[in-house]
Amino acid sequence: MLQGTGVLMGTLAASSVLANLAPSRAWALPLHALSQAEGETILQFGRVLYPHKTLPTAVYALLVKDLDAEAARDASVATLLREGSASLDAASGGKFTSASSAKRLAAVKHIEGTPYFSKVRSTCITSLYNNEMAFAHFGYEGPSWPKGGYLHRGFDDLTWLPKPPASASPPAG
Amino acid sequence: MTRFDLNDDSVVVIVGSGAGGGTLANELTQKGVKVVLLEAGKRQSSAAFVNDEWASFGQLAWLDKRTTSGSWQVAKDFPNLPAWVCKTVGGTTTHWAGASLRFQEHEFRARSTYGGVQGANLLDWPLTLAEMEPFYARAESKMGVTRTNGIPGLPGNNNFKVMYAGAQKLGYKECHTGRMAINSRPRDGRTSCLQLGFCFQGCKSGAKWSTLYTEIPKAEATGKLDLRTESHVLSIEHNGAGKVTGVVYADAGGAHQLQKARVVAVAGNSIETPRLLLNSSSSTFPDGLANSSGMVGRNYMRHMTGSVYAIFEKPVHMYRGTTMAGIVMDEARFEPKRGFAGGYEMETISLGLPFFAAFLKPGAWGTDFTHFMDNYTRIAGMWLVGEDMPRDTNRVTLSADVKDQYGLPVPNVHYDDHPNDVAMRGHAFRQGERLYQAVGATKTMRTPPYPSTHNLGTCRMSDDPKLGVVNKHGQTHDIANLFVSDGSQFTTSAAENPTMTIVTLAIRQSEYIAEAMSKQEV
Repeated sequence: MLQGTGVLMGTLAASSVLANLAPSRAWALPLHALSQAEGETILQFGRVLYPHKTLPTAVYALLVKDLDAEAARDASVATLLREGSASLDAASGGKFTSASSAKRLAAVKHIEGTPYFSKVRSTCITSLYNNEMAFAHFGYEGPSWPKGGYLHRGFDDLTWLPKPPASASPPAG
Repeated sequence: MTRFDLNDDSVVVIVGSGAGGGTLANELTQKGVKVVLLEAGKRQSSAAFVNDEWASFGQLAWLDKRTTSGSWQVAKDFPNLPAWVCKTVGGTTTHWAGASLRFQEHEFRARSTYGGVQGANLLDWPLTLAEMEPFYARAESKMGVTRTNGIPGLPGNNNFKVMYAGAQKLGYKECHTGRMAINSRPRDGRTSCLQLGFCFQGCKSGAKWSTLYTEIPKAEATGKLDLRTESHVLSIEHNGAGKVTGVVYADAGGAHQLQKARVVAVAGNSIETPRLLLNSSSSTFPDGLANSSGMVGRNYMRHMTGSVYAIFEKPVHMYRGTTMAGIVMDEARFEPKRGFAGGYEMETISLGLPFFAAFLKPGAWGTDFTHFMDNYTRIAGMWLVGEDMPRDTNRVTLSADVKDQYGLPVPNVHYDDHPNDVAMRGHAFRQGERLYQAVGATKTMRTPPYPSTHNLGTCRMSDDPKLGVVNKHGQTHDIANLFVSDGSQFTTSAAENPTMTIVTLAIRQSEYIAEAMSKQEV
C-alpha cells in the first residue's frame, strides 16, 4: 500500500469571489496516495495546462484531490502519476515546480501525448471546471431551477445590441 | 398498471420509448391496440432531472460501450461515445432541444435534385412532402410547435439577440426564435417555458415536449400500454414462415424473458436499431433480420455539424434561457453555387461551464483555450446542422471482439466525412464567423462536431427492396410484421433537426399498422 504523506495548503484571497463560498479562507488538502512533492508537481502542471491568472490555487488543488483519490483506489494510477511527475522533473532539468515558467511550458510540451499527460489533462476538464468555485469565478450561474429559471432574471437583459422585432422574438406570454 | 402476459401473442411490441417508439405506442393504444413498450433505461421525471450537466449525463445518456472507426473527428475525440443519445423512458426526447422543422419539398427528392454525387448513395424518398403534410400538421399540434397552430414564438434570449443582430448585418431574411416544441403558453396540461436553460438535461418545467410526460402517460391512460423499463431487447425471434414472433429481452434483474408479439416495431435509435437486427441473425436470416438488401446498418448519417463560439466585449450569458433559442434558415436552401449540395441551419447553442470546457475544443490546452473559458460570460454560440451525404461505407456493424454486459457484440460506428460534408462545414463555419464578426466578435472558435445526436439512415426507406430495408410505411420489405419506427428509416438526412419528422412518420405508421391488423394482413 502506497502511503501519501503530503498536505497541500493555501489561503483564499479575501478579495476573491470564492471567499464567501468556503467555510474558511484557509484550505488544506491531505493526500492519501501522493506525496506532497507529487501533489505540488501536479498542481503546477495543471496551471501550465489551463492557465487562469486569477483562478485561486484552491481550484487547482481540486485536480490534485481528484487524482489523489483515484490513485488511492487504483495502484496503476498511483504509479502513472508518480512516474509522470518524475518525468516532468526530468524534462525540466531539475524540479518542475521550481523551474521558470518557460521551462515548465517546455517540459509539458515535451511530455505531451504520454498517458500521464492525457490523464492529468483530461482530469483537469472536470476537476477545474465542474465545481462551484469555478462557476463563481467564471460567472456561470449553475442550477437555475431552484431560482425559477431566468424568465425574470435576465434571460434577455442584453442591451448593447438592437432589440429584435416582435415578429422575430415575441414577448413572453 | 396494465400488464400483458409474456405469451400474449396479440400484442404489438415496440422497442424504445423515444420520439418514434413513444409516439407509436400512444397512437396505437389510442386506437385500442395492445402495446408492450420495452425501454432499456429507467423512468425519470421532471422532478428527477438535474440542472447539472455531468450528473444529468450520467442519469440520461446511453453509456453502453460502443466503438468507432473512420476519419470523422468524433472517432478521435470521443472514441467510445459516437453518439449523445439517451437510455431512459422518453429516449432522446428528454435531451433534445426542441427544434421542430418540416423538411423541405426538395429534400424528399435528394437524388433527383442534387443529381449523382460521387461517393454518395443518394436516393429519393418513397414519400413526398405533400403526403407528409397532413401528418406533419398532426405532429405540430401534438407537440405544440411554436409558430404553428396559432402558438406564438418563444421570446428570444441574449444568445438569440446576438444571432439576430449578426443575421441582419449579413442580410439574412429568415431569422427568428424558431419553431420549437417548447410551450410559449401553457398547453396540453404543461406549463410555459421558464427560460431555465438546461434543455439538454431534461426539462424540469415540462414545457419542452418529451414522450416521457406526453405520449407515454396518455398511452397508459388507455389501459392498453404495458411499459416495461430496464428491459433491454437482445434479439427478435421468428418462425419458420419468416414472420417475427416475439423478442427476447434482459429484464432489470438481468433475467432473459421472451415476450411474444403479433407485430414488432423497432425504435432504438439508428445505432441500436440496426444492431438489434444484426444481432438477431439466424440460419434463415444469416445476415440479420430484414437485411436481404444488405442495407441494414449502412448509410449511417449524423448530419454535417459544427459550432462557432464568439467572444464579445460585453456580456451575453448565453446559458440563460432556451438552448436552441433562435435560428437562421437562409442557408438551408439548395444552392449548388455555394460549392455543395443540400443546405444547413444555423441555430443558437449554449453549454454550461462544465460542458463548454469538455466540448469547446476536445484535447486542447493552453492560453487559446483558457482565453475562451476566461470570457465565458461574454460568449455567444451557434450550432451548424446540415444535410450529410449517405454512404454505403458509413455504417453500423457488429464489433468482432468487443462485447456488452449481455455478452453481445457492441456496435461499431464508422463514418468518413464526404467531401460535400467538408465543403458545407467550411461554408457554415465561415458564415457563422462572419455573422458574429459583423456585430463585434473579438475572437471566434470553430468547435468540431459533438457526439452525434442526429443518428439516421441505417434502415433506409425505399420502394425498391434491393435499395432499402423498409417501405414507405417503415415496414420491412422482408418481414411483413416487422417495422422500423425511428430515424433509421430516413432515406436521406435533410438539413432539419429530425425529431418532428420521426414523430410524423410514427403517426403515419400507426395508421398503417392498425389498418393492417384489422385486415389481418399482419
